[in-house]
Amino acid sequence: MASKAQSKSARKGNFAFNEKRRNTDHSSFLTHKGFLWMWIALILSGASIYGYMTIEVEPRHNGGSWFGYTLGTIGALLILWLTMLGVRKRRMSAGHWSLKAWTSAHVYLGLALVVVGTLHTGFQFGWNIHTLAYGLMLFVIVSGIYGITVYASLPRALSNNRNEMTRGEMVEALAALDRQLESAAQPLARANSDRVIAALKADVFSAGFTARLTGAYPLCATSRAFAAFSKGANDEAQERVLTLLERRKDQLGQIRRQMRLKALLEVWLFIHIPTTIALIAALTAHIVSVFYYW
Amino acid sequence: MPDLYRVAIVGSGPAGLSAAAHAAALGMTHVLLEKTDHLSDTIFKYQKGKHVMATPSNLVLRSDLDFDAGKREFILDTWNRQIEEGKVNVRFDAEVVEIAGSIGAFEIKLKNGDTVQAESVVMSIGTQGNPNMLRCPGSDHKMIQYQLDDPGEYVDEHITVIGSGDAGIENALGLAADEAQRNIVSILNRNAEFARAKAANVALLEEAEANGRIFVRRETNPAEVKDGELVLETRDGTETIPCDRIIARTGSQAPRKFVESCGIDFTSEDRAAFPQLTPSFETTQAGVHVIGALAGYPLIKHCMNQGYDVIEFLNGNLDLKPADEPILAEKFAALPGTRSVEEWLEVFNKNIVILEELSPLQMRELMLDSDVRHYGMGDVIFVRNDPGSSMFAIAEGSVEVEVNPDDASITVPIEQGTIFGEVGLISGRKRGATIKAAEPTTVIELSRGAALKLIATVPAAGRAVNRITIERQLLQMFGSGLNKDDVAELVEAAELVDVPSGKTVIEEGADDKDIYVIQRGSMIVEKDIGGKPVFLSYLPAGSYFGEMAVIDGSARTATVKAAIKAQVVRFPGEVFTALMERKPQLRERTMEDMASRREVNEFIEGQKDSFSGAVDMYSQTAQFLVDNGLGEATDVLLIDEKLCVGCDNCEKACADSHEGLSRLDREAGRTYAHLHVPTSCRHCEHPHCMADCPPNAIKRGPDGEVFIDETCIGCGNCQRNCPYGVIRMDAKPPKKPSLLSWLLFGAGPGPGEASYDWRSKKSAKEGATQPKTAIKCDMCAGIKGGPACVRACPTGAAIRVAPEKFLTFTKLVEGAD
Repeated sequence: MASKAQSKSARKGNFAFNEKRRNTDHSSFLTHKGFLWMWIALILSGASIYGYMTIEVEPRHNGGSWFGYTLGTIGALLILWLTMLGVRKRRMSAGHWSLKAWTSAHVYLGLALVVVGTLHTGFQFGWNIHTLAYGLMLFVIVSGIYGITVYASLPRALSNNRNEMTRGEMVEALAALDRQLESAAQPLARANSDRVIAALKADVFSAGFTARLTGAYPLCATSRAFAAFSKGANDEAQERVLTLLERRKDQLGQIRRQMRLKALLEVWLFIHIPTTIALIAALTAHIVSVFYYW
Repeated sequence: MPDLYRVAIVGSGPAGLSAAAHAAALGMTHVLLEKTDHLSDTIFKYQKGKHVMATPSNLVLRSDLDFDAGKREFILDTWNRQIEEGKVNVRFDAEVVEIAGSIGAFEIKLKNGDTVQAESVVMSIGTQGNPNMLRCPGSDHKMIQYQLDDPGEYVDEHITVIGSGDAGIENALGLAADEAQRNIVSILNRNAEFARAKAANVALLEEAEANGRIFVRRETNPAEVKDGELVLETRDGTETIPCDRIIARTGSQAPRKFVESCGIDFTSEDRAAFPQLTPSFETTQAGVHVIGALAGYPLIKHCMNQGYDVIEFLNGNLDLKPADEPILAEKFAALPGTRSVEEWLEVFNKNIVILEELSPLQMRELMLDSDVRHYGMGDVIFVRNDPGSSMFAIAEGSVEVEVNPDDASITVPIEQGTIFGEVGLISGRKRGATIKAAEPTTVIELSRGAALKLIATVPAAGRAVNRITIERQLLQMFGSGLNKDDVAELVEAAELVDVPSGKTVIEEGADDKDIYVIQRGSMIVEKDIGGKPVFLSYLPAGSYFGEMAVIDGSARTATVKAAIKAQVVRFPGEVFTALMERKPQLRERTMEDMASRREVNEFIEGQKDSFSGAVDMYSQTAQFLVDNGLGEATDVLLIDEKLCVGCDNCEKACADSHEGLSRLDREAGRTYAHLHVPTSCRHCEHPHCMADCPPNAIKRGPDGEVFIDETCIGCGNCQRNCPYGVIRMDAKPPKKPSLLSWLLFGAGPGPGEASYDWRSKKSAKEGATQPKTAIKCDMCAGIKGGPACVRACPTGAAIRVAPEKFLTFTKLVEGAD
């Protein structure tokens, strides 16, 4: 009884909070809270530009003036905070935070960094660690802009292509077709059954980088077998194999489109994140060197 | 062997075994009749290695046999050994077909023609029942079997499976799985479609048919079973096929008919009813006792205790206190006064109207699932809008209801002996009003399960609850201007109507004039615009409809139909009109509601003229959501696939917030216009999963969440009962290394649910295998910040919403993007 009573008393609810959530307004990370973070980013950028225009720095704007240091500090802190999204995403702690709000802030403040960082340079560039850090930052931001674009445009295509099927079901559908093909190909002559065997043997999931991103598989054994059979299917067995090959081709198409869309949605992270790490290294070198040679 | 046994025990499950063991220990002449060739068939049929649980943990085991949680094999071995050591007289292959005679001289006929004589009978046959026999000549042929234990056993045979349910299909697939067995497998379906089976099983069967591995014969019945062949009755005439084995999977017959044929009465016609029993388990047939699952006690420990108790009673020990006595004593300890458990039970029995007809045994059982509480004057019992599905009965004292949310001083009394809180029970909705004790008051809080069992088994209690529900619902819906006497005529005229899902209650254009209140389930309102039905609105339980025609005498302006299996109360329009004439405030209130409903309808009709596409979209999306179970949901996860990037962070967050297992499947489920309903708990108003949970482990929590507590025994009933497939059976995984050590050193499987491989290897290494229990969404109750799936969605695609809030034009059309 004791454990039961305990679990009951531990269940202190927050019904009002949940009722509010159940009535939630539905908005994306871009429109979150009426573009709250976009406005904050615009104000930050606007204030930086206004400061740059109105504050007199002798002999000219540069990273070493008090204004330059201010922008630099804001920029460096922002960069560090923006990288924390990677941790936030993976650390499922309790609390009233939402990853959508974090993404929203990440996107807009990350874009504001273009303004803050550029003004921090005072447009003084050279072949040095400082400009390397700046260049890496821009590169990270550009890859992020690609990310925003695909996040905003590809999900519909992903949903349409999936057509209510799960990954498991797609693979299972392919396996079912393969089983049918294998038994349907039994009566075929050697040359024809070799084509089917080649199609069945090919590993669907080992595709090259370009094939995965473009969705083009010029060497696809199923397509070849289908082309060969469609030239002249002259008995019932061949007709049956032809139909099955066509269905296999379609099923492969769906899986490959799915892999392509997922790859397009993920590929930028392979640039965004390593470059961020390089950026932090360069940023550290930049800051240390600035203070060392003060 | 004596000619006349002191007691014959029918069925060797935990209850029967325990009874037989105790009879043997007391030296009572006895015989244990078991229809199979082994003991305890139900547990015998559990899968190999299944962990059997021993709940409730606070109940003391009183039996000559040992029992504790453990593996199926260990438990069966223990019992087999102890039954042998205890010199229990077991007769196997002894299926009882008839119990004749009377107390002192029963004649028990067995299937093989033998008879057994006994002075008294203990029936402990469980609820499994017997498989349905084939209804054709030759149905007793030896090549027919009703179970398939190992499909790999048979080679080179013509095997026919009869039955179109999942069991039949799974058997057929199993028999045809390995071509090396060279079996020729056919399956018969008397219909054209496999409508009763899971879609996945039907798909596999159709695939096997396409490959020629299984012969599927539709619209075919067995006509006669002969040696080595089976005569079929097909659409085109009779046909004979070679046949060496028939597997009949055509369902099973509940044991009720047999029990009744022994002269035993049940408490009601209801399917959920149990035999009428005295405190010593005696039925209406003197000398015949019923114990165990058949008596309504599905848990092993209860069964074993009853086996012991019933033999004690038969042995003349009538003072024996039931094993649950200490539990009840603990429950009643907090009550004032010095009454004993028995005295309290008598008070409850006498004072509370709906409990009047209960036997002491039923009272005890009811109290095990209920709580008793004492409140001082002015103490709050529950607050308006609290979720709650329990029902209260006032044993002593009285309470008052705050009917007006804005003015706590306006109250309505509820007197001793009656009930309150029944709306939560009937409709699954939150509390409608705050209730306080008007004087020192003792109440019983009946859990949902206990209350529903009471309503099902005691018809008078059912009627009383219904009447009070209707009355209270009327008073609550139409505000504080009315009292009990005002609505008495309406309550008298009320008629309860069951509405199957999708059935129309009000037809647009018709000129009937009744008014309806939704008691359970929900309705959708549709209007024919331009020849197409357009969804107007969603009505949850607790709302009323049909008032427009009553008030202005017009024809019905819209169609109202059930979104899900529902129950409505119908009131004749003229009685309602008469009441409105007497009570102008009711008229005003109804007019107000009507005006706001008209506004919504006109808005949508207006949109239809200018933005026809948007209205179609709204209408079709709403219909899609209703078709996918939103009509009975209270809190449902939706994914906007215009935003979902497929990162599965929702699933990972779910796993990491709950012991490492995800309770949702993002990809599975239906999608319409990019709105996806994933496989995740909808927290139904009347959860199907709760229907048949032996330890009553499924409950509704304070946030409205339906959750499974730690008393789960892993039986899998809830998983089978859930129509949405959101419950999984799995073992609690071992602990993962920390996130930091994964990020830095790649230790462990990382965020989200670990692979099955990792989990089983790791737990094998730790040497602590956990039993499989039922796992489902608990809405992250108790976790600050709310549902992890929603919080962890990076793009805002995942939302959890309530249907009555979400199924509006603004949310579905204007709120998207």
